[in-house]
Amino acid sequence: MASRHRIVVVGASLAGLSVAESLRLEGFSGEILLVGDESHLPYSRPPLSKQVLLDDWEPERSILKSTHELEELGIEFRGSTTATGLDTGNRMVITDNGVEHYDDVVIATGTRARRVWDRAGVLTLRTLDDATAMRSELRRAGRVAVLGAGVLGSEIASAARRLGGDVTLIGRSGRISFGAVGTALSARLSDLHRENGVDLRLATTVLDIATGIGGTQVGFDDGTGVSADVVISAIGGIPRTEWLTGSGLILADGVVCDHRGVAAPGVYAVGDVAAWADPATGIASRVEHQSSAIEQAMAVATTILHDRESATPVPFFWSEIHGARIKAYGWFAAQHPLVELDAGSQDGSVLLGSQEDGRTRGVIAWNLPPQAFRKARGLVDSAVPVLDSHAKV
Amino acid sequence: MKITVKDGACVGAGQCALVAEDVFDQDDEGLVLVLDSEPDASHAAAVRRAVSLCPARAISLQE
Repeated sequence: MASRHRIVVVGASLAGLSVAESLRLEGFSGEILLVGDESHLPYSRPPLSKQVLLDDWEPERSILKSTHELEELGIEFRGSTTATGLDTGNRMVITDNGVEHYDDVVIATGTRARRVWDRAGVLTLRTLDDATAMRSELRRAGRVAVLGAGVLGSEIASAARRLGGDVTLIGRSGRISFGAVGTALSARLSDLHRENGVDLRLATTVLDIATGIGGTQVGFDDGTGVSADVVISAIGGIPRTEWLTGSGLILADGVVCDHRGVAAPGVYAVGDVAAWADPATGIASRVEHQSSAIEQAMAVATTILHDRESATPVPFFWSEIHGARIKAYGWFAAQHPLVELDAGSQDGSVLLGSQEDGRTRGVIAWNLPPQAFRKARGLVDSAVPVLDSHAKV
Repeated sequence: MKITVKDGACVGAGQCALVAEDVFDQDDEGLVLVLDSEPDASHAAAVRRAVSLCPARAISLQE
C-alpha cells in the first residue's frame, strides 16, 4: 500500500480511535485523519455512567489518548468537526470545516440518545459533557426519575442511589432488559434494585412530563405519577447516519455492511453505527458493545491493509449495578432460558448459562471473581468454531 | 519488549488476561496485574492482541 494512502476515520470515540491505532499496529505508514464532532480528545463512554457519575473518576480520566500519544502514533486528530456528507464517487468527506479526500473512509459516528421528551429539564447521557452535567444535577437532587429500564437506566439509577437520591426507575416493558442478554435477568435485576431502595415501576408508560412548582411531575398511564427534581431519559440510541443521506450507502438501523464491515468499495463502518451481516444468516444488525467496536475496528484495519478475514467477534459486555458486577459473554436467545451452571463461592455470586442443543452459547457471571469468569468464557469459545485471525500468514 | 500500563486507566474488562494469561492477571476487583513486564518474543502476538483489545487503551508496548 502506497505510503501516501490516506485513511479518514469519521467519529473519534473508541471505535474510530481503535481503527486508527489498529492500522498503525498492523504497520500502516500512510496518513490517518481522525475526525470527531466533540471538542474532547477521544474518550471512553462506559465509565461515564459508572465511575464518572459516581464521582470516583474525574471526567478527564476517561480520556483514552493524549495529544502527545496521538502524535506519537502519527494520528492526525481533528475535534469539533462535524461530517455533513459523504461523496463516495469522488472519495470525499464533507465537513463543516472543509472537504477531506480519502482513499478509504471508516464510518464510526456512533449513536445519539433517543429523545421522546425533548424539553428542558429532561437529561440524557451520551457524552462526557452530558455526564459532567448529570453528575452535578444528581449531587443536588433529592428525587430522581429515570425513564428506561435497560442497562444505562439501571446504571444511572444505581449511581443516583449511591449519591443519596430517592430514585424511581420507570420501564415501559414489564421486564428489565440487559443489553444482548435480553430480559432473562429481569427478576434478579428487579430484586437488586428493590433491595437497594429503588422504586421500580415496570409496565408503566409515561404520558406527560410537566415542570412546575415543587419539581417536575411525571405522569403515568395508570393515573399515578411521581415528582422529581431531575428526570433522566435512557431509552436507547439512534445511529448517527443522517449525514450519509444521499451517499448511496444502504441505511437501515445503521450503516448496512457485509460481514467484514464493508459498506461500499473503500467505505467501512464500525461500532454502534454499523450493522454488520452475520456470516451465517446474512442478517445485518448493530451491536452496541465496546468490545465489538474494538474487534470490528481491528477487523476493518486487517481488511483494509491485508484484505484478510477476521473471526466474528463474540459479544461481550459488563455492567456494575448497586455494586454487583455483571459480565455477559456470548449469545443469548429469548427461547433459551438461563440455567445456573455454578453457584459461586461467595453469597449472591453465580454463573449462568444459555444453552442450545447441549452447547453453551452464552455465560453470565454475577459477582464472580475475574478468574472464574475467564474460565467460563472458555465454555462459549469451545462451543463455537473459532477462526484465529491473528495466525501469521 | 517492555509493557507499561497507564495508572488508573484500567476498567477491569480482563481482555488482556484472557488473551495473554502468562503476562497479565487481574486482582479481586478485576484490575490489571502485570505478571511479566518484559516478556520474551514468544508472547509478542498475544501481547499485541491484548494492547488492541484493551477498552481503556491502558497498555502500551515498546518493542
